[in-house]
Amino acid sequence: MKLAQDLMTGNFMPSSIQPDARGHFGPYGGRYVAETLMPALIELERAYETICSEAAFQAELAQLLRDYAGRPTPLFRAKRLSAHIGGASIYLKREDLAHTGAHKINNTIGQALLAKWMGKGKVIAETGAGQHGVATATVAALFGMECKIFMGVEDIARQAPNVLRMKLLGAEVVPVDSGTGTLKDAMSEAIRYWVGAVRDTFYIIGSVAGPHPYPAMVRDFQRVIGDEARRQIIEAEGVLPQMLIACVGGGSNAMGLFYPFLDDPVKMVGVEAAGLGIETGKHAATLGAGKTGVLHGSKSYVLQNADGQITEAYSVSAGLDYPGVGPEHAMLKDSGRVRYESVKDGEALEAFHLLSVLEGIIPALESSHAVARAMVEAAALPSTDNIIVNLSGRGDKDLGIVTGSGRQPDGKRGSHE
Amino acid sequence: MSRIRKTFEKLNGKKALVGFVTAGDPTIEKSLEIIEEMCRRGLDVLELGVPFSDPTADGPVIQRSSTRAIGSGVNLRAVIEMVRKIRGFSTIPVVVFTYYNPIIAYGTEAFCRDAVDAGADGLLVVDLPPEESDELTDILGDGLDLIRLIAPTTPPERMKRIAEKASGFLYLVSMTGVTGAGGIDHNELASVADQLKEACKDLPVCVGFGISTPRDVVRVAPLCDGVVVGSAFERAIEESLAGNPVDNVGKLVASLKKALPSAIPAENG
Repeated sequence: MKLAQDLMTGNFMPSSIQPDARGHFGPYGGRYVAETLMPALIELERAYETICSEAAFQAELAQLLRDYAGRPTPLFRAKRLSAHIGGASIYLKREDLAHTGAHKINNTIGQALLAKWMGKGKVIAETGAGQHGVATATVAALFGMECKIFMGVEDIARQAPNVLRMKLLGAEVVPVDSGTGTLKDAMSEAIRYWVGAVRDTFYIIGSVAGPHPYPAMVRDFQRVIGDEARRQIIEAEGVLPQMLIACVGGGSNAMGLFYPFLDDPVKMVGVEAAGLGIETGKHAATLGAGKTGVLHGSKSYVLQNADGQITEAYSVSAGLDYPGVGPEHAMLKDSGRVRYESVKDGEALEAFHLLSVLEGIIPALESSHAVARAMVEAAALPSTDNIIVNLSGRGDKDLGIVTGSGRQPDGKRGSHE
Repeated sequence: MSRIRKTFEKLNGKKALVGFVTAGDPTIEKSLEIIEEMCRRGLDVLELGVPFSDPTADGPVIQRSSTRAIGSGVNLRAVIEMVRKIRGFSTIPVVVFTYYNPIIAYGTEAFCRDAVDAGADGLLVVDLPPEESDELTDILGDGLDLIRLIAPTTPPERMKRIAEKASGFLYLVSMTGVTGAGGIDHNELASVADQLKEACKDLPVCVGFGISTPRDVVRVAPLCDGVVVGSAFERAIEESLAGNPVDNVGKLVASLKKALPSAIPAENG
């Protein structure tokens, strides 16, 4: 079968290669940074192109993904959840089972390995929910690198278990109290630090955001999710799925799942956080309610006021609480290739509980947004259809919020005691 | 010839004092008073900063000044109106110093038209490197000088390409760091300044970031055509919010200005 053979080579490339040579996805992407960082980004782009195409690098990466991160992660058919909804079959791509409990490790292994090959001994990262911070601290420990993680004070309070993990792994957690003390400010501060330390420090960006080459590089390190899922669904069902669903904050787990399917007749739905409702202004639906702008080094949709000041995003899920989004998603939205929907805090919490009791899987609040939307989509499809939902992370980190000791879904900040 | 270039010609080898303040800090009225006093005390070029919520190239002092200015209602429209008012009391060259997003939100075409109409002379967009700036320069035309940044990390070949696209003057960042940070490596700066002069013989070069005292000015001025001071003015404003920031900033301008002439090499004429 020709299709299956193509699938097994793992060499799929979409028919039109994105981004262009200067990092543009249509009108989005690019490199909007101060001059001090430009030479470092050009160096990184060249290193990425040359080093990552070397067989020895790819072999080392593949071995780490298998033996250290635990790949491939399973594709699990959620029978009880599917029966409960009474529509299409829902498959869960179990990124929650990857080492450190989320898809973030795929990218941090890739970037840290690149840093090692480039001879950089220090790494920094920003983090929101703490999953990317933990994944970065983990690989820094693995490679014996010095590691600083920038994290907003608000997120430090609501994601305490991940802060402890990062410290245990030997990383320094730098609290960021500027702005709203969340992911946006952590990233701004990480960029500032990098401006001063750019000569010997590698910045491991955690999403498909930031200046070129990050959006393409992070996508390429995350596409292993989609490559595996494609093989696995063919093995299980003999056909491609009807639909893919993933949550979108910056958008790395979604790009990772979607990318290898872009040329296939497969529908795709990206799910943003609607927070308390888009009409309340307390949300993180950047593609749904943002406008074109420049934030953190690339052009994309941005949540902003009429003056071009970046506005605060809100979601019960710290990992989706970001006023920007990856430029490739902006392009995919405009072209209509991917449909973007949004899910409110309450709906995500319901899905969180439902998946826990029906399947014995406690999902991250971020991934719960994808599960919640999958329930709506599945109900409208026949039982012969299949949907793959990216279960991007596990929910242990969110128990405090769900049980009421962290930030509450009413938008008020909970007690930090 | 643009007002910026004329100013450097008139200085005739003397070094320029370029001053940055965040527009509207602490309020629009007070900010205009501060700027008028800076002009009166001999400032040569004004950089008027547009406050932005996420200034990734700025240290804590300018971050706080931006927060104060945004809090007092300053947006790009208000900054353009301030330029118009500055034209009522001074012919000083005014460079609008901004991040890119406020311009996109305002509308690039409308911004270029309104800024020129108000009497602005130059534009510096911190996060718009030459690779991305065509979409702006295509609209800008010759209306405003586009000031470009050169960093200590910029290789000589790249300096040349940036200089070709620049106008007004070149802004040499003194160190790898954000505004207001300390620790200029003077040996490195001297060698970067030499490379830059080699790469670009036509445009004046001004050095900024981390220059705050008359002593800094004395050390840096011989390397360039002008020095840029920013965070130090903002610190002076911040320290006298309850008192008299106008006088405080004015005195700092005077002391920096006084430090400049002694740095002029005798052979210049």
